[in-house]
Amino acid sequence: MAEAHPVGFRWVMEAKNRGATIIHVDPRFSRTSSVADLYVRIRPGSDIAFLGGLVRYVIENERYFKEYVLHYTNAATLIDERFRDTEDLGGLFSGWDPKEAYDPETWQYEGVGGVVPATGHKEVFAEKGAGRVDLRGVKVLRRKEDPTLQHPRSVFQILRRHFSRYTPEMVEDTCGVPQALFLRVAETLCQNSGRDRTSAFCYAVGWTQHTVGVQYIRTASILQLLLGNMGRTGGGILALRGHTTIQGSTDCATLYDLLPGYLPMPHAVQDAKLENYVRNNQPATHWWSEMPKYIVSLLKAWYGEAATRENDFGFGWLPQLTGNHSHMTTVADMADGKLKGYFVMGENPAAGSMNGALHRKGLRKLDWLVVRDFPLNETAEFWRTAPEIARGEVRTEDIQTEVFFFPAATHTEKDGSFTNTQRMLQWHHKAIEAPGDCRSDLWFAYHLGKRLKAMYAGSSLERDRGIQALTLDYPVLGPHDEPDVQAVVKEISGFTVADGKPVPGFTKLADDGSTACGCWIYSGVYADGVNQAARRKPRSQQSWVAPEWGWAWPANRRLMYNRASADPEGKPWSERKRYVWWDEAQKRWSGYDVPDFVADRPPSYRPPPDARGLAAISGIDPFIMQADGKGWLFAPSGLLDGPLPTHYEPLESVIPNPIYPEQQCNPARDEYPRRENPYHLPYDDPRFPYVITTYRLTEHHTAGGMSRWLSWLCELQPEMFCEISRELAREKGVENAGWVTITTARAEIECRVLVTDRFKPLRAGGRVIHTIGLPYHWSYVGRITGDPANELIPFVADPNVSIQESKAFTGNLRPGRLSFGRRAATDGVELRQPEPPFSPPRDKPGVRDPKYLPAQEPPK
Amino acid sequence: MTTGQMGFFTDTTLCIGCKACEVACKQWNQLPDDGFRLTGMSFDNTGQLGASTWRHVAFVERPEALPGQGSPLDGAKLADGAFSWLMMSDVCKHCERAGCLEACPTGAILRTEFGSVYVQPDVCNGCGYCVSACPFGVVDRREDDGRAWKCTLCYDRLKEDLVPACAKACPTASIQFGEIGELKERARQRVEQLHERGVGEAYLYGADAVNQPGTEGLHAFFLLCDVPEKYNLPPDPVVPTKKLGESWRAMAWGIAGLAALAVGSVLSARSGP
Repeated sequence: MAEAHPVGFRWVMEAKNRGATIIHVDPRFSRTSSVADLYVRIRPGSDIAFLGGLVRYVIENERYFKEYVLHYTNAATLIDERFRDTEDLGGLFSGWDPKEAYDPETWQYEGVGGVVPATGHKEVFAEKGAGRVDLRGVKVLRRKEDPTLQHPRSVFQILRRHFSRYTPEMVEDTCGVPQALFLRVAETLCQNSGRDRTSAFCYAVGWTQHTVGVQYIRTASILQLLLGNMGRTGGGILALRGHTTIQGSTDCATLYDLLPGYLPMPHAVQDAKLENYVRNNQPATHWWSEMPKYIVSLLKAWYGEAATRENDFGFGWLPQLTGNHSHMTTVADMADGKLKGYFVMGENPAAGSMNGALHRKGLRKLDWLVVRDFPLNETAEFWRTAPEIARGEVRTEDIQTEVFFFPAATHTEKDGSFTNTQRMLQWHHKAIEAPGDCRSDLWFAYHLGKRLKAMYAGSSLERDRGIQALTLDYPVLGPHDEPDVQAVVKEISGFTVADGKPVPGFTKLADDGSTACGCWIYSGVYADGVNQAARRKPRSQQSWVAPEWGWAWPANRRLMYNRASADPEGKPWSERKRYVWWDEAQKRWSGYDVPDFVADRPPSYRPPPDARGLAAISGIDPFIMQADGKGWLFAPSGLLDGPLPTHYEPLESVIPNPIYPEQQCNPARDEYPRRENPYHLPYDDPRFPYVITTYRLTEHHTAGGMSRWLSWLCELQPEMFCEISRELAREKGVENAGWVTITTARAEIECRVLVTDRFKPLRAGGRVIHTIGLPYHWSYVGRITGDPANELIPFVADPNVSIQESKAFTGNLRPGRLSFGRRAATDGVELRQPEPPFSPPRDKPGVRDPKYLPAQEPPK
Repeated sequence: MTTGQMGFFTDTTLCIGCKACEVACKQWNQLPDDGFRLTGMSFDNTGQLGASTWRHVAFVERPEALPGQGSPLDGAKLADGAFSWLMMSDVCKHCERAGCLEACPTGAILRTEFGSVYVQPDVCNGCGYCVSACPFGVVDRREDDGRAWKCTLCYDRLKEDLVPACAKACPTASIQFGEIGELKERARQRVEQLHERGVGEAYLYGADAVNQPGTEGLHAFFLLCDVPEKYNLPPDPVVPTKKLGESWRAMAWGIAGLAALAVGSVLSARSGP
């Protein structure tokens, strides 16, 4: 965090000065480790084992927060008797089917027949309940519970059995963390959690970029729920995002499978009509049952008067999904010639994304490419200065792609907001005019839309109705016709259609077309016609929660699920942790923050078993977005790789899975078996014996598109380097500051080397494991250049969110500048020479299609 | 407007090595880069203070534990080998008795109303006497114009009641700017706090004349956790002019001795056979 988020880290240092204990778990000893009270070196890719060990410690030593766990989580809920755990099936859950996917039917609550998750992408992935009204949690209030937590099929007992393998000994063997250190972490965490104290987890993309990335976060969630650290001050799990306002871009919404406010993108086949879409996505109970109001208001915001009840509010004009269109899938399709055009805005995939050579191959197959950025970055220059052009393997004159470069305005040259990790929007005002042709993203999107509307104005085709109906009626200002960003904020926040008055918040949205709202979770950011995100009242003039600094979604709540900060009776768990409570005199929830609950619902309220919608929220259901109002220790749906986190090795690992010897990798991982994307599958293979992990340095930003052009930053970290231990340096005959060549199955790069005590070999899986650390800031254009680390990384993904595995893969290191710059994507010759003699299976027999895997038996 | 004796207290136990101070200093003072070269010295690639680097963050990797800084506070040995990574943002010390100021023959270096030591670029003739007179190696001549440059304590910002750029940019309050008396008090409390928490190694470097007689105390002083040499600071810096009296006395004795010798030799010659 100190390394990549130094400004946010000031609050960690402030907490430390007040006596907080800082624990840092990371494969490298970083700037964060240098000020931590406990540093834990961990083998890359083994965090579920570490966190799972903590879960086991908390359960076996009865250190969990009993009242919190009993009332606020699904610990007491009974699971379907057909459910089988990884303990029963040797590393797999019940429901694995030969299509390489889980059917979650057996993971459900007993007697319920399907629970709909808080939000989800059912259309794409066919979760249980899709299209079946009887399975959408109608009977969720009839679920069976055992308040003693002793029933063998209760979530609590399943959890206990599932994590029983994760002993301190197993943690040591899997993670390389000495038992004494692990126990110290466990004890510190337990002592600092409970009624009077809370602990927070902060993570960054290092936790997510694994084939089991989502389950990393799930494990932390389970731990925090057990310790009672969710919905309470000083607790929680804080996702430190990789770029400014990445939170805002997911909220509002740049992911391929989401509409603004985490509404699922409609599916082309299943959601022909709004009615179908609602039926497929609306749960019967709790807050997400309100989603029809949000989708209808969104359609009214986008299509205005053209959206009427008769035409389904224009639902059919929305783009619709036909399948997985995530980043890697799109690029793979591109390389196969299936895409014509590509917009790249504020991103630099040729340098910043995995297997850059494969990305550039994709770009070469396009008809046209639009890049919007500050400098001519690697993506804009892929046809001119890419490594394969420099080596003569690809000739510029053979590339047909037409490249358009649009210079972009920086954040100081435009008005707008940043949404940070705690969901707070803070406004920034334009300080100077953008030079020359530089324009804001808003300007670009607006004028592109206007031109498209002009182009399609005369069309009578039904498919063009969507573009014709788009309102795009923002007032424009200034010499360049910049759209009025305040008008956009107003539309995002929502208004009543009849009089155009801003709505105070999402509770006032309707599903009859009388309101419009561009993003329901942001509803209220323009309440009273005031840009609430621009508020800057000093902390000296308001309470410590500072509700009048900026604006936080939802409803200006600074702490989500804060009903959990009070006990089941509605009283604060302790005076010290007092935050939100039930005011018996006023018959309302009250507190320092906006209560995250139905305002007048007493803690004693219990819904009748046939209750629907918001009436189903019990007085002790803090997690109101979930269909049962509880924190999910066990996730009956919403995840594609199991209801509980399980330690699987990275796709490329140097050791067999120490915890589940029968199942090496996440069985549900998304592989991209292509000639340009070879995997290194054997473990204990002398050709690729080391673990490689990638990361950022304080001095640069991501792939360097902004920082490698600035001399003051360039001089601070001028050259691409790797970091290795003294032990590995000695073994390989490498000298500090010398040159080395690093090879993986995809590519080879050369870089300088820092030999440092901050890296140490560790012992796991019965052998010594060396880790090579690689910053990924360099590439082939800019004031300083260097080989890009991302060329080394495979296309392989977590099945839930399609993120790549860039934090743990295998490679080799040789002293000297021996790189020929080879890339599997352009040489046509795989780097894996000679071919692996054989590879032990990654999966249990029959789990995955063996078509693409190397031979699993030694050749005769 | 800010008045009084101002300075920096740099608490190295709070430094996270982000180098925001280096960049903020270069940006505010519009200083050029020092070239793009990897030194191999941990994360330090600017090397030292110089004509165009007025803040410099040192990174010291050492095989010793430091409680609360990557090692447990209670001294328990829980992992592989003792290790800590010290970081320190170095700067001109604005000495109470400044060697550069006393050595400057043109009057280009003066002490400002804020107590800082300031080189006037329009008066400096580039003689370089100040460079050798600085016991910390802070002052440096720029190759292109030959003049001497160093930290100004952001004199132009102080005139406008702004804190120096480095202190403003420091996210963790490792660099604290303020009135020297207040800073010293705060620094002493911090040392006490650290000692109570088990960081017995913490001490102040250059906080006053008792602490550092050779400079009579620094306006930019430091909280360190190892010997000064580890941070590339001199253990006992002495301003050359501090020994001026001593050297004059020594010289006087020498001359007297020589004179006596000469007189003696003449006398002995006269009294010869």
